[in-house]
Amino acid sequence: MPRAFTPKVITANALLEGDAVWFTADDTWSPNMADAELITDEAHADLRLLEAQSRQSEIAGAYLADAKAGPNGPEPTHFREEFRTRGPSNYAHGKQADNASRT
Amino acid sequence: MYVYNDFDEAFVRERVAQFRGQVERRIDGSLTEDEFKPLRLMNGLYLQLHAYMLRVAVPYGTLNPSQMRQLAYIADRWDKGYGHFTTRQNIQYNWPKLGDVPDILEALADVGMHALQTSGNTIRNVTADHFAGASADEIEDPRPVAELLRQWSTDHPEFQFLPRKFKIAVSGSEHDRAVTRAHDIGVRMVRNADGVAGYEIIVGGGLGRTPMVGKVIRDFLPKEDLLPYCEAIVSVYNLLGRRDNKYKARIKITVHENGLETMQQLVEERFEAIRQGFTGFDQELLTSIEAAFAPPAYVEKSVDAYEAARLANPAFKSWSDTNLSAHKAPGYAIVSISVKKHGQTPGDATSDQMRAMADIAEQYGHGELRISHEQNVILPHVHKADLPAVYAALREADLATANIGLVSDIIACPGMDYCALATARSIPIAQEIATRFEELKIEHEIGELKIKISGCINACGHHHVGHIGILGLDRAGVENYQITLGGDGTETTAIGTRAGPGFSADDIVPAIERLITGYMKLRENEDETFLQAFRRLGMEPFKAILYPPAEDKANAA
Ligand code: HEM
Ligand code: SF4
Repeated sequence: MPRAFTPKVITANALLEGDAVWFTADDTWSPNMADAELITDEAHADLRLLEAQSRQSEIAGAYLADAKAGPNGPEPTHFREEFRTRGPSNYAHGKQADNASRT
Repeated sequence: MYVYNDFDEAFVRERVAQFRGQVERRIDGSLTEDEFKPLRLMNGLYLQLHAYMLRVAVPYGTLNPSQMRQLAYIADRWDKGYGHFTTRQNIQYNWPKLGDVPDILEALADVGMHALQTSGNTIRNVTADHFAGASADEIEDPRPVAELLRQWSTDHPEFQFLPRKFKIAVSGSEHDRAVTRAHDIGVRMVRNADGVAGYEIIVGGGLGRTPMVGKVIRDFLPKEDLLPYCEAIVSVYNLLGRRDNKYKARIKITVHENGLETMQQLVEERFEAIRQGFTGFDQELLTSIEAAFAPPAYVEKSVDAYEAARLANPAFKSWSDTNLSAHKAPGYAIVSISVKKHGQTPGDATSDQMRAMADIAEQYGHGELRISHEQNVILPHVHKADLPAVYAALREADLATANIGLVSDIIACPGMDYCALATARSIPIAQEIATRFEELKIEHEIGELKIKISGCINACGHHHVGHIGILGLDRAGVENYQITLGGDGTETTAIGTRAGPGFSADDIVPAIERLITGYMKLRENEDETFLQAFRRLGMEPFKAILYPPAEDKANAA
């Protein structure tokens, strides 16, 4: 039996700002991981990655990252991806600051 | 200081204009990321975890006050009000926006700076002893040679597509403060038996996943042969170096696989073939560069006020004990400004701090600043009579931490707080260690100790040459920290040895504390440094401290 496919999201850096963004089911990029499309099928993942990568004037460096379903949407499973949803730990810069100013 | 001539100026401006066009084409979609990436890397622009990062070269670590103020201006105008000084004498901005980068490069060009060749498989920023031109133990100021090498290597047509990045460091002193043995080429000024100054040429050093101590390929090279000889080395490497495997592409592997003797023979042959091409123009150029590095107009005045301040103010005394080094001119000292306040990010300076340092350098430091590979800022020429005033101004800017060379003077790479290649964070570990030892109030008692932390095997934080090295890894999805001991980045370079299994993020700081307090019990006397004790005793007693038997640990907890 083939190895079980772990769910994924597609993520990249936004072209102009360079911040982390996630690919949504309606082909937009969101700065919020919870908005991402959670992909549970390998063939679909490959197809979506190609679609995401073709959006060259919006992002750079799209890739598939492991994720899991959470109450509000997809959540990271690895600490690296978790940091990307937040920002650095030495200053309140990046998404943690954006999120704080939004609420 | 060297000032750009018309050629440099025109060249840098042209490169900025080219990059402006490239950015425009990337933004309007006519360049893909795959096409754009090599172009941005040639201009020092990386894409990191949370943003772009721009790496600006500070050639041989030397800055004047207006350059430092411009760095502050860039931080305020286009970044988040700070910059990160690195182990390779660069400054990195962590938050630039793509569309702003051409303007930033233009602002750098306004003060004779650039970000060229701070990335990519080219000859990188040439680094030098940060005490150059000032240190008491110096044979000659190595910076004119570093500038000559910079001019020769910038846009050198033969060396734009080397097998891998190529790093050169130069030192003009007996004591190696430039880690020359961990560079692709290390140039060390030495005197031969007749007392004539020349260079010892070291090749094939490097850190990263396969750390190697550089080997002497020529023990005495006459000064006038430097450029043809370096060109011969890079040229041999360019042909012989491996392009099939990125991890085997550095010259350290070329030297290792082919042997030093083969390299030596090939380099000497190539050197003979090309040296006639260097008609002496390089030496004329060097002479004119040397004039730009003439020593400042030293003054003579009484140092009584300095001695009195030392007696009157214990905090000033402590700072002057740790943060000053011997200067070659009578009455002068070299000031190391610690950019490592306990709990702060090593190497990060705010724009206000940059401006304060520029002002101090202008008023009391003959207008000179240096960036050290230890991520601190140096005022190379300060008269002792001015030290109380300098100290007061530094305190005002929150830059008067008295910890140079001590436990909290930690080198740390950006790690997973910024770097896309990282396997773990390094900054928080550095912050926690410094904060912990500040609480214990024992760092002066511990004495000289170099802790260096990298967030992955690439070793940008020099962990291999730390007396205590810490390497952050990803072990099954959890941050894990491996300790190496006994590394040394000076003239007695040594690669540290792994102590044993790694520690979790929670256990690493207690482990370091155990190790250091344990060393204090093991040392022969207060003068025996950690490194000396390690060399005398070997790994075993330190291992026993780091990995106590299970029941001891339970009792201790
Ligand atoms: C944040 C972006 C950075 C990236 C992507 C990066 C990448 C790398 C890589 C891939 C290597 C290994 C080269 C090899 O072994 O062939 C390396 C080595 C090194 N880097 Fe970085 N680095 C970064 C930041 C830094 C910083 C901030 C510093 C200074 C604090 C630095 C200084 C060094 C040094 C000293 C080495 C080891 C010496 C050697 O080249 O063997 N790097 N870097
Ligand atoms: S050592 Fe690794 S984590 Fe640290 S800056 Fe270099 S590449 Fe990034």
